[in-house]
Amino acid sequence: MNTPTNTRSPGRVIPKSVSYLIGTLALLLICATADAGTIVDARDYAGPAWSPYLAGAGIGMLSWLTFYFSDKPIGASSFYAQLAGFLGKLIAPRHTASLVYFKDNPPRVGWQAVFVISIIVGGALAAVTGGEFANEWLPPMWTERFGDSITLRAAVAFAGGLLMAFGARLAGGCTSGHGISGTLQLNLASWIAVICFFIGGIAVAMLLFKW
Amino acid sequence: MIDPGNAVKKRGKNPALHVDAAPELIAGAMFGLAFGVLLQKGGVGKFHVLIGQLLLQDFTVAKVMLTAIVVGMIGIFTLHHFAKVNLHIKPTRIGSNIIGGLLFGAGFALMGYCPGTAAVALGQGNWDALFGMAGLIAGSWMFVELSGWTKRTIENWGDLGKVLLPDLLHVPRGVFVVGFAMALTALLVLLERFTTR
Repeated sequence: MNTPTNTRSPGRVIPKSVSYLIGTLALLLICATADAGTIVDARDYAGPAWSPYLAGAGIGMLSWLTFYFSDKPIGASSFYAQLAGFLGKLIAPRHTASLVYFKDNPPRVGWQAVFVISIIVGGALAAVTGGEFANEWLPPMWTERFGDSITLRAAVAFAGGLLMAFGARLAGGCTSGHGISGTLQLNLASWIAVICFFIGGIAVAMLLFKW
Repeated sequence: MIDPGNAVKKRGKNPALHVDAAPELIAGAMFGLAFGVLLQKGGVGKFHVLIGQLLLQDFTVAKVMLTAIVVGMIGIFTLHHFAKVNLHIKPTRIGSNIIGGLLFGAGFALMGYCPGTAAVALGQGNWDALFGMAGLIAGSWMFVELSGWTKRTIENWGDLGKVLLPDLLHVPRGVFVVGFAMALTALLVLLERFTTR
């Protein structure tokens, strides 16, 4: 049986946080689209350095290696939950230890953390050697559509990250964990999730960039 | 008041930092490095390539993902057949997968990078990825705060456990892998023919 405090506190917390979230998002969408006007096309900007089939085949083969040598699928999003767990342990250790997700998935310095941090290094290495190092605060396509306010970009990117991480944890993975590793194992959950990633993504992107 | 003796006892019981063994960390570093290079060279660390996919203008993301799925699937199921690798199947929870997936997609369109490609974008010198990464940490925290509630509610909606597509359709795994690889390859051929990028 649930104790009264157990049933009451989530009921109070959720509508509040969810309504804040929806309010913030609506505001952002209004701000963003009110300022927008220019019709943008992604193909006006530089494409990939390598054939997407070559990069894709490389990622497929990399997944053989991670399964064989590390007994782990490629994934990225749970790293951010681990980071959140470390920050939580620094700020409010007792509260952090009481949370269900961290009881099931204790934060650790492990394969996953090293893997994601190394992605940054790999990205830098590839960009610098390929002459594609951007060194910019705003993506050019964003600027063309929404102007050069870093604050607007920061707010939208932060809200996006927040929603995306929440969605990833609820769905059980991100574009790597579900989108590549789960789909290639023919996991039903991953195919449902990845189709929903694109439905949600296409809907909001069209609203932001085409409306 | 903090009792130091008690704090030490607690720390010993529940270590603040669990660290994996060095060989495992080195493997993770090498694989991460390779993944970062492949994603960057595949162009999927670029904001306009990712948003271009969601606007159905640039199909680079679909091409990279579908190729990775075909190649990865054939290798993993072959290795699994010879008992060389374990599968890592996350449970199907239809409510969570759909609601989480839609929220993820909406966030993806706003941020313009996903959790892995944000790391590539940062390495590539797209500093706006930092704002998104801060959001990813905050959103993870928000989920964790609500994890007791989601576990009691959304995660129980349509909880089917671990389900593979071939098992769902009652087709032998080997047959399904071959057929699915051909279907996805056909899709890639169509994409190559009918898209400009």
